[in-house]
Amino acid sequence: MKIEIIKNILDANDQVAVLNREFFDDLKVFTINIMSSPGAGKTSFILETISRLDSPSAVIEGDVASSIDSEKMAEFGIPVVQINTGGNCHLDAPMIREAIKKLSLNGVRYLFIENIGNLICPASFDLGEHIRVAISSVPEGDDKPYKYPGLFSKVEVVILNKIDLMPYVNFDPDRFRKGIIGINRNAKIFPLSCKTKEGIEAWIDWLKSENPYK
Amino acid sequence: MHELAVTEEIIKTVLEASGGRKVKTIEIVIGDLSSFIDESIRFYFGLLTKETSLEEADLLFKRIPVKLRCYNCQKEFKPDETLLCPYCNNLGGDIIQGREFYIESIEVEDEDRDNKEHFRCQ
Repeated sequence: MKIEIIKNILDANDQVAVLNREFFDDLKVFTINIMSSPGAGKTSFILETISRLDSPSAVIEGDVASSIDSEKMAEFGIPVVQINTGGNCHLDAPMIREAIKKLSLNGVRYLFIENIGNLICPASFDLGEHIRVAISSVPEGDDKPYKYPGLFSKVEVVILNKIDLMPYVNFDPDRFRKGIIGINRNAKIFPLSCKTKEGIEAWIDWLKSENPYK
Repeated sequence: MHELAVTEEIIKTVLEASGGRKVKTIEIVIGDLSSFIDESIRFYFGLLTKETSLEEADLLFKRIPVKLRCYNCQKEFKPDETLLCPYCNNLGGDIIQGREFYIESIEVEDEDRDNKEHFRCQ
């Protein structure tokens, strides 16, 4: 006997994500999920961004192991909670639900979630964020959007980081851009360098303009 | 690695839907843009269903290729690496297929037949 089901396998995660988003909306916390491969510059990008925002920010750090990144955030006095996934390759909505219990978000207007360094799995899991950001860095090559369309098609923003390295590697910015626009024409693309600070202002201006709670 | 958690979800759903009856097949639809791997789900499924009513269930995966609707001419196409529309040569399109990830159906052993078999055994 055949039984029709038609059930989204990620339903359980997505239901918790809806609760998370309601929680953030109630507290007026604009939440940004940052995804990239390891070493693309997520942590320094978040630090640079927070230093230029005029509203209080907090961070949820996701890592397979260690608290290196959260210690870095804490050094700057940023409220932070660390999630160690113990081998799991992505953050999911229930992990965020647990993490926000340990974070005082009163008055916080921006919450950055640093996802696990991975261009595949994090794309599938809604965390309850308001904006998804993918960071790709110049040394990784201009082919990343073509190789990981699942991620690049699902984000509102693509940060092309480390553009100061452009003279030293073969990187075709036009090919990179076409790989994103071809599957995600509404994506905002911000080329920048956290080292030289070139391009950062444009990203900050956009982020501030998007936050309804600032 | 993330297939472990989703396989647990699949098992939970199928157990609820099958109501304790022996499950013969489970049809799962996976779009090529979703990040899930058939073989990995099959591996965890085998580990997690030992000595349950799902133990002998076959997993049937239906893979759905990515399809775009051209931004320009609105025709549907399966993109190659250039992401150019084969009809009008414009770049890209809206994704209309390829993100699927759901259980479509299951097949369970017929209750009447189960009862008969049970009777025969006695």
